[in-house]
Amino acid sequence: MRDFLQRFFGGDLWWSFRSSPMVIVAAITTFVMIFSSAFANIVAPYDIFDLTQFNLMDSLKPPVWMERGEVGFLLGTDDQGRDVLSTILYGSRISLLVGFFSVISAMVLGIIIGLIAGYSGGWVDAVLMRIADVQLSFPAILIALLVNGIISGLLPGEAQADLAIYVLIVAISLSFWVQYARTVRSSTMVERTKEYVQAAQVIGLPQPLILLRHILPNVMGPVLVIATIQLALAIITEATLSFLGVGVPPTSPSLGTLIRIGNDYLFSGEWWITVFPGLALVILVLAVNILGDWLRDALNPKLR
Amino acid sequence: MLFFIGRRLYQAALVMLTVALIAFAMFQYVGDPVSNLAGQDTTVAERELLKERLGLNDSVLEQFSRFVINAVQGEFGVSYRMRVPVRDLIAERFPATLELSMMSAFLALLVGIPMGVYTALNRDSWLSRSFMTLSLIGISLPTFLIGIFLILFFGVILQWLPTFGRGEVVDLGWWSTGMLTGSGWRSMIMPAITLAVFQMTLIVRLIRAEMLEVLRTDYIKFARARGLSERSISFSHALKNTLVPVITIIGLQIGSLIAFAIITESVFQWPGMGLLFIQAIGEVDIPIMSAYLLLIGFVFVVINLIVDILYYTIDPRLRVEK
Repeated sequence: MRDFLQRFFGGDLWWSFRSSPMVIVAAITTFVMIFSSAFANIVAPYDIFDLTQFNLMDSLKPPVWMERGEVGFLLGTDDQGRDVLSTILYGSRISLLVGFFSVISAMVLGIIIGLIAGYSGGWVDAVLMRIADVQLSFPAILIALLVNGIISGLLPGEAQADLAIYVLIVAISLSFWVQYARTVRSSTMVERTKEYVQAAQVIGLPQPLILLRHILPNVMGPVLVIATIQLALAIITEATLSFLGVGVPPTSPSLGTLIRIGNDYLFSGEWWITVFPGLALVILVLAVNILGDWLRDALNPKLR
Repeated sequence: MLFFIGRRLYQAALVMLTVALIAFAMFQYVGDPVSNLAGQDTTVAERELLKERLGLNDSVLEQFSRFVINAVQGEFGVSYRMRVPVRDLIAERFPATLELSMMSAFLALLVGIPMGVYTALNRDSWLSRSFMTLSLIGISLPTFLIGIFLILFFGVILQWLPTFGRGEVVDLGWWSTGMLTGSGWRSMIMPAITLAVFQMTLIVRLIRAEMLEVLRTDYIKFARARGLSERSISFSHALKNTLVPVITIIGLQIGSLIAFAIITESVFQWPGMGLLFIQAIGEVDIPIMSAYLLLIGFVFVVINLIVDILYYTIDPRLRVEK
């Protein structure tokens, strides 16, 4: 462990991290947002799921620095009298959760398909890559919308709201797996012919073991970079779907749902219900994007 | 050349068949068409009759081939909710979406290409640095938020521009256009910008990356050695070669513009196909969903095909091998 830390802090990655202030700010922002939303029940001033903690009488209060603003509600309240800051903290939690889990499941799916396609070759490879081609010619958001629509159509009405988050994760990961699959496939095809894989084949290891224990660790590098960049995309996709009203229900709002709720009040002058969740979303995505960009450049030996 | 086009056509047909299969499967397995079309108090016998008339008792293969034949003729069935043929609904909405997407594509190219070229040629100037930062923000801003912020500033606070709809529309018989009235143009501004921002940032980054790559090549060094002016090197040597891959991406982006129009249209209540589609998803109106899917699939396939052929004609290197 000490060895690892020493290598990390002495290495190029740490140096390039330390020497760009924008990346440091982005990293701190990301960390703060993840931390504060993970512990939203401690950090947030109010619990938005506890009906006793908000009151319809408090609804549509502006932020504290405006006229009619109240000290208790730093960023104002929404139409149900919920504190906007608290809804943002709880909302980011759902946005981040959906983002993380969709990226992870897309990654697992993509890696499995990529490994199989790259290792077996032949018609298996041809069929899988044709499917990937077809999917890649459509934008991810359209596929997510469609998958989401189909699954919700198949579910009975009462289950829809409960399962909405899982449906969303499935929909987003089904629209994002292709990139991983393609990357893993091409590196697997290179690794397959190397001597260590041949050695593993010769001593008679079963195929799944060769794929997971020997090839996988060698193709993971680029996959992690894609994952960082796609985390931002997944968060945007979730927000967009929720904004369009096909994502998570208003009872457990994500940032997108909050923006959707606030959008109805934009014209009557209650801008804070939309603008603050919107800003939170932009800051989160921007920070993750900056980190992803940096990671991609720092790990790419061609750019040094 | 013929072989190349033939192979591309075969691939395009394969994609279309896959899309048709998905659209057909939606009809088969999501919701029950009979209970969607029949009223509350239809008898079992009437339902059976309806089922027979819709051909739901035939084999799956027969139903699929009928579905494809109907779709090719532009026959997508009747909307479950609105009880109107889907073909009429789409014909009514299509002009709005097309005008919006074309306008944004034009806007994105008009601003994106010069910005990309500038940032590549003057890599370290403060202006290109701020362009690059702006483009990172542009990628991080979800489309719907750009729309909301525009509405807030120019619609609600300043009250300069209309915030929903197409404004006054002139009906040309088979095409309804907003491009002939002042209010049509004014209504177009915010949706078009909203839709264009993401494409624009993409174009800026792409052109910059490609241009930097080209500027490193030997023939640019050679052109410098020959004493050509910087202007002629950047525009007639470098930019020309940059445009080849850019055409591909831009072609593909036109397709995604139509898809992203779903978001823009629902923010601005723009009466296009995207709004129709998103409402159909909410109501599980399968005929509209599958018709939209088929249509978008078709547009994508056609654009891909055109781009491939263009690529082939522009880049002579592709023709030499084989």
